[in-house]
Amino acid sequence: MSLLAGAAGSFRHGVHPAEHKESTAHLPVERMPFAGRFVLPLAQHLGAPARPVVQPGDRVARGQRIAEPGGFVSTAIHSPVTGQVVAIAPRPHPQGRLAEAIEIAVDPFDLQRPPRRPPLAWRELTDDAFAAAVQEGGLVGMGGAAFPTHVKYRLPEGRRVHTLVINGCECEPYLTCDHRLMVERPEAVLRGAAIAAARLGVETTVIGVEANKPDAVTALRAALDGRGDVRVAPLAVKYPQGAEKMLVRALFHQEVPSGKLPLDLGYVVNNVATMAALADWLERGQPLIERVVTVAGPGVRRPANLLVPLGTPVRAVLDHCGGLTADACEVVLGGPMMGTPIASLDVPVLKGTSGILAFTAAEAQQPSEYTCIRCGRCVEACPQLLNPSRLGRLARAGRYEEMEGYFVADCVECGSCSFACPSGIPIVQLIRVAKAALRERKA
Amino acid sequence: MSETPRLVVQPAPFLRPQVTTPRIMGDVLLALLPCLGVAGWLFGIGALLVVAAATVAAVATEWALAPAPRGRSLADGSAAVTGILLGLTLPPSFPLWMAALGGFVAIALGKAAWGGLGHNLFNPALVGRAFLQAAFPIAITTWVPPSGPLALYRGNLALPLMQSAPDAVTAASPLNLMKFQGDTGDLGSLFLGGIPGSLGETSALAILAGGLWLLARRAFDWRLPAGMLLAVAALSALLHGVAPERYPSAAFMLLSGGLLFGAVFMASDPVTSPTSPLGAWIFGAGAGVLVVLIRLWGGLPEGVMYAILLMNAATPLLDRVTQPRAFGHRRWQGSARA
Repeated sequence: MSLLAGAAGSFRHGVHPAEHKESTAHLPVERMPFAGRFVLPLAQHLGAPARPVVQPGDRVARGQRIAEPGGFVSTAIHSPVTGQVVAIAPRPHPQGRLAEAIEIAVDPFDLQRPPRRPPLAWRELTDDAFAAAVQEGGLVGMGGAAFPTHVKYRLPEGRRVHTLVINGCECEPYLTCDHRLMVERPEAVLRGAAIAAARLGVETTVIGVEANKPDAVTALRAALDGRGDVRVAPLAVKYPQGAEKMLVRALFHQEVPSGKLPLDLGYVVNNVATMAALADWLERGQPLIERVVTVAGPGVRRPANLLVPLGTPVRAVLDHCGGLTADACEVVLGGPMMGTPIASLDVPVLKGTSGILAFTAAEAQQPSEYTCIRCGRCVEACPQLLNPSRLGRLARAGRYEEMEGYFVADCVECGSCSFACPSGIPIVQLIRVAKAALRERKA
Repeated sequence: MSETPRLVVQPAPFLRPQVTTPRIMGDVLLALLPCLGVAGWLFGIGALLVVAAATVAAVATEWALAPAPRGRSLADGSAAVTGILLGLTLPPSFPLWMAALGGFVAIALGKAAWGGLGHNLFNPALVGRAFLQAAFPIAITTWVPPSGPLALYRGNLALPLMQSAPDAVTAASPLNLMKFQGDTGDLGSLFLGGIPGSLGETSALAILAGGLWLLARRAFDWRLPAGMLLAVAALSALLHGVAPERYPSAAFMLLSGGLLFGAVFMASDPVTSPTSPLGAWIFGAGAGVLVVLIRLWGGLPEGVMYAILLMNAATPLLDRVTQPRAFGHRRWQGSARA
């Protein structure tokens, strides 16, 4: 394995947290039964919130659009079940506040047939019409950031893309949802990738997969069946390989300049689950109404990979997994390095929810904080090659303007510095606060 | 439906560091055990009492001077490390009261005056030793031959503020012999440690064992000692190659005096060395070159302490000019002013 990892490419710096993937990596995805109520926040993607197109009391069908995009960088939302809209009102949101949401009560007597329509003739569409069609499907980046996918397919005038990059790194510990998807539905990933490649007009597609998922590499290669335009590239296991700039660096030895996007170098990066969702939408007419979620962590009784209808309350998902253990005291949506802690189990699973992790007091305990001993471990961890130690000191001193000279804006908040710090200094949190303060001063 | 537990909400990441500062200090203490053991075996009870005096004074000073809450800063173990390091750089027959005074100065002037752990510019143990060197130049250069595990020296028991009574038997250290008599002695005893010298630095074997432990536990930046030792080896091999009759061999330079001890335990202090990998190489190499210059052309037989202290002083500058180039940037960090 280490030989394989040595041969595989990677980016500079980064950290090696324990993977913790063994509890779910072998578990096939099972379908989560429908809960009684579903909560669909209008803001569950980056950009403008969606606008409701239904009224309380309306009957909705599974897969029916219930909210339209609120702008170009925004996307549609669809009902995950057949049922009735019971409210459009503020509901608990994973970000920790109340947010406007559409609440739907399931119709217990409906068969909940999956939405189907004939394949869309996506080849014939103009670029604008294709982007609009993708937006209509409610597709977002499913790796966690939930950036509306269609934006990547509406290229600025004169911009050329030469390589489509499919992100199958899943570098966050515990998470195995992308892993299972690649093993169980490699052909869906490849069909989505083929559509994306054709629309972008690229010659090559590269799928980056960390070397700790050899079965995913095998499954994808088998499904490729000798096609030469798609390459599956195993990568050394290292966090945060799945960050798109790190992935481009790992695969092509190119650094995306500060303030630019991979697109500026001719790359478009998409998550594997997003590709499968793209195929499901264009070929079968199933919009983004469900996703695979890894439920894991020492605070979960029965770890699992579940196909969860969006809007399902986290509480219902955990109950389906036997509930929390008695000593569980921290629940996180997403991965343990960049995920969101939740204060209430009543928040719903969103389009970007890749995992539900529960931790016990042993993991949740804040490390004792000591003074910085200038050991440089954070410097050697930072994938953006910044100096987190100095940024943290400046942040503590409130010298936010000076931090700009140390490129604080380039910080991707991956948390590698906090993870590496032996003195338990919450470096990334100090930087987050400083960045927010700087944004506010500029606004 | 499950009951709602009281959920803790704290910012990501949710995984804890594998290496902690107390663990690093604990690893340094463990790494010093072979040196302490050899010191006890070769130089006896007197030697261990010297280390104990420096350590007790260092810890007591930390307790008295560190910021409130009192005693909290002892938890990281760094004061004990400083005391032991200082003790191990002293001669076995050193008066205990002087060792204790050195421990006090190391913490008070070397650390607390700067604002405590992490803020000091110079290695605290070396600050303590430099003070002792200036204050008690005779006592700190009075060497005794190894006298076995039961040895206690008259010098150890000198009363505070009194001149130490000279021990009946004194001996010259290998570096003294080299410098003033051109005699480089036997490399085997340099390696094992049965020679006169400061009590922790005579056995290369014990120091290397500690260094390997620190390396295995990733408790230090290996570039610092590696840079220092490589620089000494390269420069002295070059000089020896040019004029073997005037300059000692690289092996002698590496194994004699406080070089190995200084490289492994002093230069590697993270607080007083650069944070960037390139800075660490420059720091180590600079200290190594200075050691050779002082030993061969300076007025003193040994130069490890001053070499490291000088590089300590250069650390803020090195940190400034060796910032890594940020990802996706051409400019160096810190060059832009907002």
